[in-house]
Amino acid sequence: MLDYFAPVTDNFGLFVDAFLGTLMICLYGAVGSLVLGTLIASFRVSPLPPLRAVGTAWVTVFRNCPLVIVLFFFAFGLPEIGINAPFLWFGITGLVVYTSAFVCEAVRSGINSVSAGQAEAARSIGLTFTQSLSTVVLPQALRTVVPPLGSVIIAMFKNSAIVGAFGVGGELFSTFATLVSARGLSIIPVLLGVAVGYLLITVPAGFGLDVLERRVAVSR
Amino acid sequence: MIRMTAVDKHFGDLHVLRDINLEVASGEVVVVLGPSGSGKSTLCRAINRLEPIDSGTIEVDGAELPAEGKALAKLRSDVGMVFQQFNLFAHKTIAENVMLGPIKVRGKSKSEAHDTAMQLLERVGIANQADKYPAQLSGGQQQRAAIARALAMAPKVMLFDEPTSALDPEMINEVLEAMVTLAKEGMTMLVVTHEMGFARGAAHRVVFMSDGEIVEDATPDTFFSNPTSDRAKDFLGKILAH
Ligand SMILES: Nc1ncnc2c1ncn2[C@@H]1O[C@H](COP(=O)(O)OP(=O)(O)OP(=O)(O)O)[C@@H](O)[C@H]1O
Ligand SMILES: [Mg+2]
Repeated sequence: MLDYFAPVTDNFGLFVDAFLGTLMICLYGAVGSLVLGTLIASFRVSPLPPLRAVGTAWVTVFRNCPLVIVLFFFAFGLPEIGINAPFLWFGITGLVVYTSAFVCEAVRSGINSVSAGQAEAARSIGLTFTQSLSTVVLPQALRTVVPPLGSVIIAMFKNSAIVGAFGVGGELFSTFATLVSARGLSIIPVLLGVAVGYLLITVPAGFGLDVLERRVAVSR
Repeated sequence: MIRMTAVDKHFGDLHVLRDINLEVASGEVVVVLGPSGSGKSTLCRAINRLEPIDSGTIEVDGAELPAEGKALAKLRSDVGMVFQQFNLFAHKTIAENVMLGPIKVRGKSKSEAHDTAMQLLERVGIANQADKYPAQLSGGQQQRAAIARALAMAPKVMLFDEPTSALDPEMINEVLEAMVTLAKEGMTMLVVTHEMGFARGAAHRVVFMSDGEIVEDATPDTFFSNPTSDRAKDFLGKILAH
């Protein structure tokens, strides 16, 4: 039985590195897409028509394009216009941009769940649009927004595998591909090892979200 | 203090404000009356540009309403507004509700804002509720908190849009009392209300609206005893019938 998992145990260090690589992509991806997505959501509800147009266009394009296509554009398009960086960063950027469209829509639905009177009261005491959004509307939107955002972020964690498939080394999916195709190890045990790596990220994240959801639900 | 000149506004095909000309002098209390749907709320909301207008001009303290942006926010901070539905910030305590504007807009320190907030809450009689959340207060207490929140900005004008209409009858008086005190202190006020007692007792002028138009503009005595238009007579007949 132990023999069966030899491909994993023999390469345990590699798996740990790959796990950490994926974890890093996930963390950068989560922070980046939450910040960018919230920014785009604020564009979409802005009183300025040009900002609203940018927000709408952003969501329309990136929510409706397959992630692979977005990644291709970042990987091959950016170098073409003279932007060069390690491929990993193109991958993370593509993932962030793609996911931000979904974050934006989740945040926007949360903003819409806050009664219009709250924003009107905020504006009537002289808060600017940005102040009213950040101090009155978004804190209240948080309550309804955690569950849908959680789904978006967990989907993003899994999508990090597609970034790996682009040949970014040092993360779970590419490690799987290397071990199986280049080194000829048997596929199922390696696959199981990789799956455990993903579950170690997504399952605790799910628990964390449950806790967060309960906490924002009780605080008013 | 407020001057509206030839103001027009449509909601689609609906002409909600028709050639509105209205002046409210400094220290004056003007009550706006009229049947449901006559445009009273829209008039009130247009004054601090919560509703944009199609044409005409609105001036507050000599300055025309700026477009969206920082200048508009500044103007709004000088115009207090009290809503029918209170609209207290649900995620903040009563004290925090009152402190938010002074801190974020006026740049006051937290302790200074807190002192002012407590004084204002004392004044409207709910200082003991300062650390509760809006949902824990009665409607009357919430509306008094909302008045305190508006006063914390030291506004030049206060707009009230049916401030007692969402309240249970026994809570109406506590809110009206706070408003009467404010009027006596010389605050410039534009009040949309169906409280005839307040109109008779505290208002300097009554403006009667119907179908988006100002139909009458008179002292309370003249308006209630001698309305000139049929629409006002009809309205008073219905409202004073019982
Ligand atoms: N955002 C809006 N979009 C479209 N129509 C609106 C909007 N707000 C108000 N209206 C319409 O404009 C008219 C005037 O509304 P307004 O709220 O100013 O009346 P009101 O005199 O305050 O009435 P009430 O006494 O019922 O509060 C009404 O017919 C109303 O249905
Ligand atoms: Mg109204």
